[in-house]
Amino acid sequence: MIASLALILLAQLVGEALARGFGLPVPGPVIGMGLMVGFLFLRDARRSPLPRLLPAPLTDGTLEAMAKGLLVNLSLLFVPAGVGVVGRLDLIRTQGLKLAVILLVSTAVSLLTTVLVFRGVMRLVEGRGPDRDS
Amino acid sequence: MVEGDFSLWVYLARTPLLWLTVTLTAYVAADRIAAATGRHPLANPVLLSVVFVAAVLFATGTPYPTYFEGAQFVHFLLGPATVVLAFPLYERRATVMRALLPMLAALAAGAGMTLICVIALARLFAVPQPVVVSLAPKSVTSGVAMGIAATLGGDPTLTAILVILTGIIGAILVTPMMQALGITDMRARGFAAGLAAHGIGTARAFQVSEVAGTFAGIAMGLNAFLTAILAPLALHLLT
Repeated sequence: MIASLALILLAQLVGEALARGFGLPVPGPVIGMGLMVGFLFLRDARRSPLPRLLPAPLTDGTLEAMAKGLLVNLSLLFVPAGVGVVGRLDLIRTQGLKLAVILLVSTAVSLLTTVLVFRGVMRLVEGRGPDRDS
Repeated sequence: MVEGDFSLWVYLARTPLLWLTVTLTAYVAADRIAAATGRHPLANPVLLSVVFVAAVLFATGTPYPTYFEGAQFVHFLLGPATVVLAFPLYERRATVMRALLPMLAALAAGAGMTLICVIALARLFAVPQPVVVSLAPKSVTSGVAMGIAATLGGDPTLTAILVILTGIIGAILVTPMMQALGITDMRARGFAAGLAAHGIGTARAFQVSEVAGTFAGIAMGLNAFLTAILAPLALHLLT
């Protein structure tokens, strides 16, 4: 468990360092996600020496279990920041109604545009009509 | 209140233990309620937990910074949770690669349209300029959104609030909207949730399906990147 946590934190740390060091517009943890995908490819590559060299928790599924545990409770992690909203409601009160309308409409438009373009291009690429359930 | 009780309260209120416990307990309760409603979109666990915790803070007169000192341990895990989005992505890499073109097209259209829509509406309602700037990156994950707002002369704390509200709105809207449109492709639904509503949308997508969650995570990462580039451009052109 500790080895898994250390690896996850290491990926984030390197990601943050790269993001800050090169002034990239991508958040550090997102770069860390890319690094972690790279690690998984290397680990699982045929004839990779990594499984023999790495601590067991990184190869026996412990790492995967920890990842799943974090993602299952992703909602929890937004609670502390979310409570901050309630603490600053006074700030929104002056522009409240306008902001509410803007947020509602733009989020709906955002969802709609994205899903329709995704589906439209998907149909073009797959060259046929019906949706596929997955 | 007896003096002994009060000093106990003062002691507890100052340690991370109390607020960490309150956060976790509120979430467990919220999650139970969400599960009991069959994960109804309106029973959003983030929204419910926030309401519960806020009620406790209000009842005890606790200022937000005191609360956050304890709850920051939970907040900190947002970074590692983003890193581990690598796992569903890696596991489903074949599915993801097949959808590369639709993803890129949806990303460009979604990010562009969100910015145009937000700025146009803000103009229409005559919202002051610093607020417009704070609004522009609202669909992006909070850390990046605050950075964008600060660079362009907005108010990062206002942006953080707008980002969280957008996330909750998106997470509530996405399922009924997709249902009404008859869209059953979980890749498309997830991607839209992640693009419009970042991590909170991604959390919602994972509740619905793991494929949706995977695509939401990708959309969140890509949108942070693209909006950081497009936001200054859009604000320049549209104001």
